[in-house]
Amino acid sequence: MSTEREAIFSRIRGALAPLHERAPLPQYDAEISVMRGMIAGRDLAELLAERMKRVGSIALTDVAALVAHLREGKWLRGYVDPALWPGLAPHFGADFTVEQTFDRTRVDDYAFGITRASGAIAESGTIILNDATTSRRLGSLAPWVHVAVVERATIFSDVTQAVAALGDDRNVVWCTGPSKTADVEGILIEGVHGPGVQIALIV
Amino acid sequence: MRFQQIDQFAAELKADTRASVYQSTKTTHEKRTKLLFDQFTDPNRLREIAGEIKQHAIENLDTYLPQVEAKLQAAGAQVHWASTAESACETVLRIMRARGATKMVKAKTMVSEEIELAHFLEKHGCEALETDLGEFIIQIDHDHPSHIVRPIIHKNRREIAQSFEREGLGAYNDDPGTITRRARHFLRHKYLAADVGLTGANFVSAESGRMVIVTNEGNSRFCLAATKCHIALIGIEKIVPRDRDLGLLLNLLGRSGTAQDLTVYTEFIGGPKSAAQPDGPEEMHVIFVDNGRTEVLASDCRDILRCIRCGACLNVCPVYRQASGHAYRSVYPGPVGAVLSPLLAGEKFPSLADLPKASSLCGACHEVCPVNIPIPDLLLRLRNKAKEEGVPSPGTPPMGAWALLATQPTVWKASLFGGKLMNHLPTKMIPVPALQAWADKRELPRWRGGEFRKWMKERKSRAGL
Ligand code: SF4
Repeated sequence: MSTEREAIFSRIRGALAPLHERAPLPQYDAEISVMRGMIAGRDLAELLAERMKRVGSIALTDVAALVAHLREGKWLRGYVDPALWPGLAPHFGADFTVEQTFDRTRVDDYAFGITRASGAIAESGTIILNDATTSRRLGSLAPWVHVAVVERATIFSDVTQAVAALGDDRNVVWCTGPSKTADVEGILIEGVHGPGVQIALIV
Repeated sequence: MRFQQIDQFAAELKADTRASVYQSTKTTHEKRTKLLFDQFTDPNRLREIAGEIKQHAIENLDTYLPQVEAKLQAAGAQVHWASTAESACETVLRIMRARGATKMVKAKTMVSEEIELAHFLEKHGCEALETDLGEFIIQIDHDHPSHIVRPIIHKNRREIAQSFEREGLGAYNDDPGTITRRARHFLRHKYLAADVGLTGANFVSAESGRMVIVTNEGNSRFCLAATKCHIALIGIEKIVPRDRDLGLLLNLLGRSGTAQDLTVYTEFIGGPKSAAQPDGPEEMHVIFVDNGRTEVLASDCRDILRCIRCGACLNVCPVYRQASGHAYRSVYPGPVGAVLSPLLAGEKFPSLADLPKASSLCGACHEVCPVNIPIPDLLLRLRNKAKEEGVPSPGTPPMGAWALLATQPTVWKASLFGGKLMNHLPTKMIPVPALQAWADKRELPRWRGGEFRKWMKERKSRAGL
């Protein structure tokens, strides 16, 4: 195995040796790929909501609206991060069945999953999940509806800023809209493997 | 008259396939352009910088690859190196055997297509299931993808519905929503039963060792939430120097490929799952694959290694739109494939040497490429390579007669006179089949050869010269 490594590196060195000089690393202002005109002067939570709508996600700001939305879709059974449940429980009626553990042998039983987001990106309408804040990867992925609880203070204005703040979590997932495909004749269908409904509860 | 192979494929393409490929590539291309130019003041500058970043990265792989390796190892991942397709396949099998694993779920990776991994694993008694909807359909049909981003662009819903029925995935139903729902239901239980999840990577940052995977469907997320072992199969050219470069490249990738600001899921993976997270791989292997890339790096076409596989050049290409992907007879179709496939073919270069010729060099691919690859220049270099290696070029009109005409004034003059006869000859008698086919539906213009010399002579005498 290490000989394969050596062989590859020796071919790389051989390929690069004849170059008189190597292409320099460009220095550039990261600002060039920021949609500043759209962001400037905006309230980030408002902009996030607007941009989420554009990609097919839903942004809500109070728990009552969330509960009403779930009830309307008849999504009455789900998984909730145990750390979030005490705050949410008073708003959920007796018509809901909520589990605070996720049983992977019954993935189809969970119509919704509520977990914490580590942040969001206003510019692109993106919710950020990571291992440190997501109680269960499967709980945020397998149910038809995913609700991410986003704290206002964690909203980044743009993609560039969010990249700079990736931190050291080994699994950071940006979710920009519900899971989708246009594989069949270019027709857009939502909810392929992941959530068909992506909601942010901005608190 | 024999055609080049790609022309033969294009000639035999079904009319409705051609129409659907044409329509969807055109729509995606138009949306892409609108998005980039509406949102950024100078999108071309972004493409130039992105190109410079990737060019720098591939010209410094000897520095960056060891950096990435060290970062990944420090994060608890195991790093493997594979020179060839065979050795990459065997490395995957070895990892699976060591775990006693027989079931793999795969996210879409072009490298795995390149090394024909699924086929190899099946031969060795392992299941390797494609989970991207398009790739899944390709797999059950034993077909080949025809677009790097939209693998089943050549299929219609009726064909897909028939395949689903045949595979026992429900009674015939060609509603795309129903097809998707059935695949969702079938595949989620496969993820949960699998031992190993295999992904590719779109980028790997040398600075942090973090890889980036983008999907719209969320299948790679499911692979990395349900299985206990993650294998990432990555071409050695996927490196970018710094994390901050990811921002710029991601901003270009989604817009260029599918006209989205960002692809739905952008995953940044820096190692196995953290201890506190109940779901996801405890074991992670990264296999860096060469499979011909170092040869491309040594060639004068190394710029093609910048490619981020967005598919924009396919969508805009007039040849791809007419010929569709299978005409390229390789994993990478379209303009990028016309450069990359013959190069990666190594000794089999002559069998794909027709691809660089199937281009009018219109330059559209270069204009849309998010990493600014001068594809037409590279096509010319490959044409030259084919010429130097004496690769025969069927379908090319013989140029010897032309050379004679153009170098011998008497022959030239005689032929001008011959040209006048054309006004009186029926076009059927022109001894060139391609011209006959062309002239069948058209009137030839009247012959005006030799007029220039006459005009010049008269002008001179009028001016008293
Ligand atoms: S060559 Fe450029 S346009 Fe074509 S797929 Fe690669 S990155 Fe995209």
